[in-house]
Amino acid sequence: MSDRDPIVSEDELHAYVDGELAAERRGAVEAWLATHPDDAARVAAWRSQAELIRARYGGAADEKLPRRLELARLARRRHWRVTATAAAAVLAAFIAGGAAGWFARDAEGAPSSDLRKFTADALDAYRLYVVEVRHPVEVAGDERPHLVQWLSKRVGSPVRIPELDKMGLKLVGGRLLPGPTGATAFFMYENGSGERFTLYCGQTDDRETALRYTTGDHNAAYYWVDHNMACVLSGPAERDKLHAIAQAAYDQIDTRSPQRGG
Amino acid sequence: MGEFRQQIESAIPALRRYARALTRDVEAADDIVQDTLVRALRSEHLFHGGDVRAWLYTILTNLNRNRLRALSRRPVLAPIKDSDAVSGAPESGGRDIGRALDELAEEPRTALLLVVLEGLTYREVAEIQGVPIGTVMSRLARARMQIRSYLDGERPALRRVK
Repeated sequence: MSDRDPIVSEDELHAYVDGELAAERRGAVEAWLATHPDDAARVAAWRSQAELIRARYGGAADEKLPRRLELARLARRRHWRVTATAAAAVLAAFIAGGAAGWFARDAEGAPSSDLRKFTADALDAYRLYVVEVRHPVEVAGDERPHLVQWLSKRVGSPVRIPELDKMGLKLVGGRLLPGPTGATAFFMYENGSGERFTLYCGQTDDRETALRYTTGDHNAAYYWVDHNMACVLSGPAERDKLHAIAQAAYDQIDTRSPQRGG
Repeated sequence: MGEFRQQIESAIPALRRYARALTRDVEAADDIVQDTLVRALRSEHLFHGGDVRAWLYTILTNLNRNRLRALSRRPVLAPIKDSDAVSGAPESGGRDIGRALDELAEEPRTALLLVVLEGLTYREVAEIQGVPIGTVMSRLARARMQIRSYLDGERPALRRVK
Protein backbone atom coordinates (compact mmCIF):
# COMPACT_ATOMS: atom_id res chain seq x y z
CA MET A 1 0.00 0.00 0.00
CA SER A 2 2.65 2.50 1.01
CA ASP A 3 4.69 1.83 -2.12
CA ARG A 4 1.78 2.40 -4.43
CA ASP A 5 0.38 5.36 -2.54
CA PRO A 6 3.36 7.63 -1.95
CA ILE A 7 1.40 10.88 -1.62
CA VAL A 8 1.10 11.98 2.00
CA SER A 9 -1.93 14.05 3.03
CA GLU A 10 -1.94 16.86 5.54
CA ASP A 11 -4.13 14.73 7.80
CA GLU A 12 -1.39 12.13 7.83
CA LEU A 13 1.16 14.75 8.83
CA HIS A 14 -0.96 15.71 11.82
CA ALA A 15 -1.51 12.08 12.70
CA TYR A 16 2.25 11.53 12.44
CA VAL A 17 3.00 14.38 14.85
CA ASP A 18 0.30 13.22 17.28
CA GLY A 19 1.29 9.57 17.25
CA GLU A 20 -1.97 8.52 15.60
CA LEU A 21 -0.55 7.36 12.30
CA ALA A 22 -0.92 3.70 11.38
CA ALA A 23 2.43 1.99 11.74
CA GLU A 24 2.53 0.92 8.10
CA ARG A 25 2.43 4.56 6.95
CA ARG A 26 5.25 5.85 9.12
CA GLY A 27 7.94 4.92 6.63
CA ALA A 28 6.09 6.61 3.78
CA VAL A 29 5.61 9.80 5.78
CA GLU A 30 9.25 9.92 6.86
CA ALA A 31 10.41 9.38 3.29
CA TRP A 32 8.05 12.14 2.16
CA LEU A 33 9.38 14.57 4.76
CA ALA A 34 12.95 13.86 3.69
CA THR A 35 12.14 15.10 0.20
CA HIS A 36 9.57 17.81 0.97
CA PRO A 37 11.23 20.55 3.04
CA ASP A 38 8.07 22.69 3.29
CA ASP A 39 6.17 19.85 4.93
CA ALA A 40 9.16 19.02 7.10
CA ALA A 41 9.18 22.65 8.27
CA ARG A 42 5.46 22.48 9.04
CA VAL A 43 5.90 19.32 11.06
CA ALA A 44 8.80 20.88 12.95
CA ALA A 45 6.72 24.00 13.64
CA TRP A 46 3.79 21.94 14.96
CA ARG A 47 6.12 20.01 17.27
CA SER A 48 7.62 23.20 18.56
CA GLN A 49 4.13 24.65 19.19
CA ALA A 50 3.24 21.59 21.23
CA GLU A 51 6.44 21.93 23.25
CA LEU A 52 5.75 25.62 23.92
CA ILE A 53 2.22 24.80 25.09
CA ARG A 54 3.41 22.02 27.38
CA ALA A 55 6.24 24.17 28.75
CA ARG A 56 3.87 27.03 29.47
CA TYR A 57 0.91 25.19 30.98
CA GLY A 58 2.19 21.75 32.00
CA GLY A 59 3.26 23.08 35.41
CA ALA A 60 -0.32 23.90 36.41
CA ALA A 61 -0.85 20.20 37.07
CA ASP A 62 1.93 20.15 39.67
CA GLU A 63 0.78 23.14 41.68
CA LYS A 64 -0.57 22.61 45.16
CA LEU A 65 -4.31 22.14 45.07
CA PRO A 66 -6.26 25.07 46.57
CA ARG A 67 -8.64 24.01 49.32
CA ARG A 68 -11.70 24.85 47.27
CA LEU A 69 -10.77 22.11 44.81
CA GLU A 70 -10.39 19.37 47.40
CA LEU A 71 -12.90 16.75 46.42
CA ALA A 72 -13.69 15.66 49.96
CA ARG A 73 -14.65 19.22 50.89
CA LEU A 74 -16.79 19.63 47.79
CA ALA A 75 -18.54 16.33 48.41
CA ARG A 76 -19.28 17.20 52.04
CA ARG A 77 -20.89 20.50 51.32
CA ARG A 78 -24.63 20.48 50.70
CA HIS A 79 -24.74 23.91 49.16
CA TRP A 80 -22.07 24.90 46.76
CA ARG A 81 -20.84 28.42 46.46
CA VAL A 82 -21.56 30.02 43.13
CA THR A 83 -18.23 30.78 41.55
CA ALA A 84 -17.42 34.14 40.06
CA THR A 85 -17.56 32.53 36.61
CA ALA A 86 -21.09 31.27 37.06
CA ALA A 87 -22.22 34.53 38.65
CA ALA A 88 -20.70 36.55 35.82
CA ALA A 89 -22.37 34.29 33.30
CA VAL A 90 -25.76 34.90 34.88
CA LEU A 91 -25.17 38.64 35.02
CA ALA A 92 -24.09 38.73 31.39
CA ALA A 93 -27.17 36.76 30.40
CA PHE A 94 -29.30 39.43 32.06
CA ILE A 95 -27.49 42.20 30.22
CA ALA A 96 -27.72 40.42 26.89
CA GLY A 97 -31.50 40.25 26.81
CA GLY A 98 -33.27 40.49 23.47
CA ALA A 99 -33.58 37.78 20.91
CA ALA A 100 -33.56 39.71 17.65
CA GLY A 101 -32.66 37.60 14.69
CA TRP A 102 -33.75 34.32 16.17
CA PHE A 103 -36.25 33.77 13.41
CA ALA A 104 -34.03 34.87 10.57
CA ARG A 105 -33.45 31.33 9.39
CA ASP A 106 -36.93 29.95 9.93
CA ALA A 107 -37.95 28.63 6.54
CA GLU A 108 -41.19 26.99 7.60
CA GLY A 109 -43.54 29.97 7.39
CA ALA A 110 -43.71 32.98 9.63
CA PRO A 111 -44.98 32.34 13.14
CA SER A 112 -47.40 34.84 14.63
CA SER A 113 -45.85 37.73 16.50
CA ASP A 114 -47.21 36.28 19.76
CA LEU A 115 -45.52 32.97 19.17
CA ARG A 116 -42.38 34.78 18.08
CA LYS A 117 -42.32 36.71 21.36
CA PHE A 118 -43.10 33.56 23.30
CA THR A 119 -40.18 31.69 21.73
CA ALA A 120 -37.84 34.66 22.21
CA ASP A 121 -38.77 34.73 25.91
CA ALA A 122 -38.22 30.98 26.14
CA LEU A 123 -34.73 31.33 24.71
CA ASP A 124 -33.95 34.22 27.05
CA ALA A 125 -35.03 32.02 29.95
CA TYR A 126 -32.87 29.21 28.62
CA ARG A 127 -29.78 31.41 28.37
CA LEU A 128 -30.44 32.92 31.77
CA TYR A 129 -30.88 29.71 33.74
CA VAL A 130 -28.70 27.28 31.84
CA VAL A 131 -25.56 28.82 33.35
CA GLU A 132 -26.98 28.84 36.87
CA VAL A 133 -25.07 26.48 39.13
CA ARG A 134 -26.75 26.86 42.48
CA HIS A 135 -30.36 27.84 41.78
CA PRO A 136 -31.27 26.57 38.33
CA VAL A 137 -34.79 25.69 39.48
CA GLU A 138 -37.24 26.56 42.26
CA VAL A 139 -38.57 23.05 42.76
CA ALA A 140 -36.33 20.03 42.28
CA GLY A 141 -37.12 17.26 39.83
CA ASP A 142 -37.76 14.70 42.52
CA GLU A 143 -40.93 16.62 43.47
CA ARG A 144 -42.59 15.94 40.14
CA PRO A 145 -46.21 15.59 41.42
CA HIS A 146 -45.90 18.88 43.30
CA LEU A 147 -44.45 20.59 40.22
CA VAL A 148 -47.32 19.36 38.04
CA GLN A 149 -49.97 20.47 40.52
CA TRP A 150 -48.42 23.85 41.28
CA LEU A 151 -47.58 24.86 37.72
CA SER A 152 -50.87 23.57 36.24
CA LYS A 153 -52.71 25.77 38.73
CA ARG A 154 -50.62 28.84 37.99
CA VAL A 155 -50.54 28.38 34.20
CA GLY A 156 -54.28 27.74 34.23
CA SER A 157 -54.15 24.58 32.18
CA PRO A 158 -52.91 21.04 32.82
CA VAL A 159 -49.13 20.94 32.50
CA ARG A 160 -47.37 17.74 31.53
CA ILE A 161 -43.72 17.15 32.32
CA PRO A 162 -42.19 14.80 29.76
CA GLU A 163 -39.96 11.97 30.95
CA LEU A 164 -36.79 12.15 28.90
CA ASP A 165 -34.70 9.60 30.77
CA LYS A 166 -34.52 7.49 27.62
CA MET A 167 -32.74 10.39 25.94
CA GLY A 168 -30.25 10.44 28.84
CA LEU A 169 -31.89 13.50 30.38
CA LYS A 170 -32.75 13.88 34.01
CA LEU A 171 -35.30 16.43 35.19
CA VAL A 172 -33.40 19.01 37.25
CA GLY A 173 -36.66 20.68 38.22
CA GLY A 174 -38.89 23.57 37.32
CA ARG A 175 -39.87 27.11 38.06
CA LEU A 176 -42.65 29.60 37.38
CA LEU A 177 -41.81 32.42 34.99
CA PRO A 178 -43.70 35.39 33.60
CA GLY A 179 -44.41 35.10 29.88
CA PRO A 180 -45.97 37.24 27.17
CA THR A 181 -49.33 35.51 27.64
CA GLY A 182 -49.26 35.04 31.42
CA ALA A 183 -47.65 32.54 33.77
CA THR A 184 -45.43 29.96 32.11
CA ALA A 185 -43.97 26.70 33.35
CA PHE A 186 -40.23 26.25 32.87
CA PHE A 187 -38.50 22.88 33.21
CA MET A 188 -34.82 22.09 33.05
CA TYR A 189 -33.23 18.80 32.04
CA GLU A 190 -29.58 17.84 32.19
CA ASN A 191 -27.53 15.02 30.69
CA GLY A 192 -24.52 13.31 32.23
CA SER A 193 -22.14 15.74 30.53
CA GLY A 194 -23.78 18.79 32.05
CA GLU A 195 -25.55 19.85 28.86
CA ARG A 196 -28.87 21.44 29.68
CA PHE A 197 -32.16 21.62 27.84
CA THR A 198 -35.21 23.57 28.90
CA LEU A 199 -38.91 23.35 28.19
CA TYR A 200 -41.07 26.47 28.42
CA CYS A 201 -44.87 26.06 28.25
CA GLY A 202 -47.73 28.51 28.55
CA GLN A 203 -51.25 29.18 27.32
CA THR A 204 -51.78 30.63 23.87
CA ASP A 205 -54.59 31.52 21.45
CA ASP A 206 -52.43 30.58 18.48
CA ARG A 207 -53.48 27.87 16.07
CA GLU A 208 -51.77 24.50 16.38
CA THR A 209 -48.44 23.98 14.65
CA ALA A 210 -46.10 21.08 14.17
CA LEU A 211 -42.53 21.25 15.43
CA ARG A 212 -40.68 24.27 14.10
CA TYR A 213 -37.00 25.01 14.39
CA THR A 214 -35.25 28.28 15.11
CA THR A 215 -31.60 28.92 15.79
CA GLY A 216 -29.11 31.48 17.03
CA ASP A 217 -25.36 31.48 17.57
CA HIS A 218 -25.04 28.70 20.08
CA ASN A 219 -28.59 27.81 21.08
CA ALA A 220 -31.55 26.58 19.17
CA ALA A 221 -35.14 25.70 19.89
CA TYR A 222 -38.04 23.69 18.63
CA TYR A 223 -41.42 25.24 19.31
CA TRP A 224 -44.95 24.11 18.75
CA VAL A 225 -48.55 24.78 19.72
CA ASP A 226 -50.77 21.95 20.85
CA HIS A 227 -54.39 22.71 21.73
CA ASN A 228 -54.13 25.86 23.86
CA MET A 229 -50.54 25.32 24.97
CA ALA A 230 -47.39 26.69 23.35
CA CYS A 231 -44.15 24.89 24.15
CA VAL A 232 -40.52 25.68 23.39
CA LEU A 233 -37.71 23.19 23.84
CA SER A 234 -34.32 24.95 23.90
CA GLY A 235 -30.80 23.61 24.01
CA PRO A 236 -27.35 23.68 22.42
CA ALA A 237 -27.48 24.11 18.65
CA GLU A 238 -27.19 20.49 17.56
CA ARG A 239 -30.24 20.11 15.40
CA ASP A 240 -30.61 16.32 15.23
CA LYS A 241 -30.20 15.83 18.95
CA LEU A 242 -32.54 18.70 19.75
CA HIS A 243 -35.11 17.38 17.32
CA ALA A 244 -35.12 13.93 18.91
CA ILE A 245 -35.63 15.44 22.35
CA ALA A 246 -38.32 17.87 21.14
CA GLN A 247 -40.14 15.04 19.38
CA ALA A 248 -40.14 12.95 22.54
CA ALA A 249 -41.44 15.92 24.56
CA TYR A 250 -44.04 16.74 21.89
CA ASP A 251 -45.34 13.16 21.86
CA GLN A 252 -45.72 13.10 25.63
CA ILE A 253 -47.33 16.52 25.90
CA ASP A 254 -49.74 15.74 23.04
CA THR A 255 -53.20 16.28 24.51
CA ARG A 256 -54.61 13.46 22.40
CA SER A 257 -52.34 10.92 24.07
CA PRO A 258 -53.51 9.34 27.33
CA GLN A 259 -52.38 11.25 30.42
CA ARG A 260 -49.28 9.73 31.86
CA GLY A 261 -48.79 9.35 35.55
CA GLY A 262 -47.18 12.51 36.81
CA MET B 1 -13.89 6.80 48.88
CA GLY B 2 -15.51 4.98 45.97
CA GLU B 3 -13.75 4.21 42.73
CA PHE B 4 -15.75 6.89 40.94
CA ARG B 5 -14.49 9.58 43.29
CA GLN B 6 -10.96 8.25 43.17
CA GLN B 7 -10.98 8.56 39.41
CA ILE B 8 -12.26 12.12 39.67
CA GLU B 9 -9.67 13.01 42.25
CA SER B 10 -6.79 11.70 40.19
CA ALA B 11 -7.98 13.77 37.21
CA ILE B 12 -8.00 17.11 39.06
CA PRO B 13 -4.38 18.15 38.30
CA ALA B 14 -4.87 17.53 34.57
CA LEU B 15 -8.20 19.39 34.61
CA ARG B 16 -6.45 22.39 36.17
CA ARG B 17 -3.78 22.30 33.51
CA TYR B 18 -6.35 22.12 30.70
CA ALA B 19 -8.50 24.86 32.23
CA ARG B 20 -5.47 27.09 32.75
CA ALA B 21 -4.52 26.84 29.10
CA LEU B 22 -8.12 27.30 27.99
CA THR B 23 -8.79 30.40 30.07
CA ARG B 24 -5.23 31.73 30.57
CA ASP B 25 -6.46 33.00 33.92
CA VAL B 26 -5.63 31.22 37.19
CA GLU B 27 -8.83 32.15 39.04
CA ALA B 28 -11.19 31.60 36.13
CA ALA B 29 -9.53 28.24 35.49
CA ASP B 30 -10.00 27.04 39.06
CA ASP B 31 -13.60 28.33 38.99
CA ILE B 32 -14.33 26.13 36.01
CA VAL B 33 -12.59 23.16 37.58
CA GLN B 34 -14.62 23.64 40.74
CA ASP B 35 -17.87 23.83 38.77
CA THR B 36 -16.81 20.72 36.85
CA LEU B 37 -16.21 18.80 40.08
CA VAL B 38 -19.49 19.97 41.58
CA ARG B 39 -21.39 18.83 38.51
CA ALA B 40 -19.58 15.54 38.39
CA LEU B 41 -20.40 14.84 42.03
CA ARG B 42 -24.00 15.85 41.49
CA SER B 43 -24.30 13.66 38.40
CA GLU B 44 -22.66 10.64 39.97
CA HIS B 45 -25.90 8.69 39.60
CA LEU B 46 -26.06 9.52 35.88
CA PHE B 47 -22.65 8.07 35.20
CA HIS B 48 -22.97 4.54 33.88
CA GLY B 49 -19.39 3.41 33.68
CA GLY B 50 -16.92 4.33 30.99
CA ASP B 51 -14.06 6.77 31.04
CA VAL B 52 -14.53 9.24 33.90
CA ARG B 53 -11.65 11.34 32.66
CA ALA B 54 -13.12 11.94 29.18
CA TRP B 55 -16.45 12.73 30.80
CA LEU B 56 -14.81 15.34 33.05
CA TYR B 57 -13.11 16.94 30.05
CA THR B 58 -16.50 17.08 28.35
CA ILE B 59 -18.11 18.86 31.30
CA LEU B 60 -15.23 21.30 31.58
CA THR B 61 -15.30 22.00 27.84
CA ASN B 62 -19.05 22.69 27.97
CA LEU B 63 -18.66 24.98 30.99
CA ASN B 64 -15.91 26.91 29.26
CA ARG B 65 -18.15 27.37 26.24
CA ASN B 66 -20.85 28.79 28.54
CA ARG B 67 -18.27 31.09 30.09
CA LEU B 68 -17.06 32.40 26.73
CA ARG B 69 -20.61 32.92 25.58
CA ALA B 70 -21.30 35.00 28.67
CA LEU B 71 -18.06 36.97 28.27
CA SER B 72 -18.76 37.71 24.63
CA ARG B 73 -22.05 39.33 25.60
CA ARG B 74 -20.51 41.44 28.30
CA PRO B 75 -20.61 44.92 26.82
CA VAL B 76 -17.50 46.41 28.41
CA LEU B 77 -14.46 45.62 30.53
CA ALA B 78 -13.34 42.19 29.43
CA PRO B 79 -10.82 41.01 32.05
CA ILE B 80 -7.16 41.46 31.27
CA LYS B 81 -5.86 38.09 30.15
CA ASP B 82 -2.54 36.43 30.54
CA SER B 83 -2.14 36.65 34.28
CA ASP B 84 0.16 33.66 33.81
CA ALA B 85 2.58 35.68 31.69
CA VAL B 86 4.70 36.43 34.75
CA SER B 87 5.74 32.80 34.92
CA GLY B 88 7.98 33.11 31.90
CA ALA B 89 9.32 35.58 29.40
CA PRO B 90 7.38 35.74 26.14
CA GLU B 91 8.73 33.32 23.62
CA SER B 92 9.47 34.06 19.98
CA GLY B 93 10.36 37.68 20.33
CA GLY B 94 7.25 39.05 22.05
CA ARG B 95 4.76 36.83 20.25
CA ASP B 96 4.21 34.18 22.83
CA ILE B 97 2.28 30.94 22.67
CA GLY B 98 -0.35 32.15 25.13
CA ARG B 99 -1.31 35.06 22.95
CA ALA B 100 -1.24 32.81 19.92
CA LEU B 101 -3.78 30.52 21.63
CA ASP B 102 -5.87 33.55 22.49
CA GLU B 103 -6.25 34.36 18.81
CA LEU B 104 -7.90 31.03 18.08
CA ALA B 105 -11.62 30.39 17.99
CA GLU B 106 -12.88 28.18 20.81
CA GLU B 107 -13.27 24.88 18.94
CA PRO B 108 -9.81 24.77 17.33
CA ARG B 109 -8.17 25.84 20.59
CA THR B 110 -10.04 23.19 22.55
CA ALA B 111 -9.14 20.49 20.02
CA LEU B 112 -5.47 21.45 19.99
CA LEU B 113 -5.15 21.61 23.78
CA LEU B 114 -6.89 18.27 24.28
CA VAL B 115 -4.48 16.64 21.83
CA VAL B 116 -1.12 18.26 22.59
CA LEU B 117 -1.50 19.21 26.25
CA GLU B 118 -3.79 16.46 27.52
CA GLY B 119 -2.61 13.72 25.16
CA LEU B 120 -6.10 12.57 24.21
CA THR B 121 -6.70 10.62 21.02
CA TYR B 122 -8.55 12.09 18.05
CA ARG B 123 -11.42 9.74 18.83
CA GLU B 124 -11.68 10.95 22.43
CA VAL B 125 -11.60 14.58 21.31
CA ALA B 126 -14.32 13.85 18.72
CA GLU B 127 -16.52 12.46 21.50
CA ILE B 128 -15.82 15.39 23.80
CA GLN B 129 -16.60 17.93 21.10
CA GLY B 130 -19.50 15.91 19.74
CA VAL B 131 -18.23 15.99 16.14
CA PRO B 132 -16.75 13.48 13.66
CA ILE B 133 -13.00 12.82 13.73
CA GLY B 134 -12.61 14.62 10.39
CA THR B 135 -13.90 17.79 12.03
CA VAL B 136 -11.42 17.42 14.89
CA MET B 137 -8.61 17.11 12.37
CA SER B 138 -9.66 20.21 10.45
CA ARG B 139 -9.89 22.13 13.73
CA LEU B 140 -6.44 20.94 14.62
CA ALA B 141 -5.12 21.97 11.21
CA ARG B 142 -6.70 25.41 11.53
CA ALA B 143 -5.27 25.92 15.02
CA ARG B 144 -1.77 24.91 13.98
CA MET B 145 -1.82 27.03 10.85
CA GLN B 146 -3.00 30.11 12.73
CA ILE B 147 -0.48 29.68 15.55
CA ARG B 148 2.31 29.26 13.07
CA SER B 149 1.47 32.42 11.18
CA TYR B 150 0.99 34.29 14.44
CA LEU B 151 4.37 33.22 15.80
CA ASP B 152 5.96 33.97 12.45
CA GLY B 153 4.71 37.50 12.82
CA GLU B 154 2.01 37.53 10.22
CA ARG B 155 -1.33 39.04 10.88
CA PRO B 156 -3.61 36.22 11.94
CA ALA B 157 -6.29 35.30 9.46
CA LEU B 158 -8.98 35.37 12.10
CA ARG B 159 -9.25 37.34 15.29
CA ARG B 160 -11.46 36.20 18.02
CA VAL B 161 -14.15 38.79 18.69
CA LYS B 162 -14.51 39.54 22.35
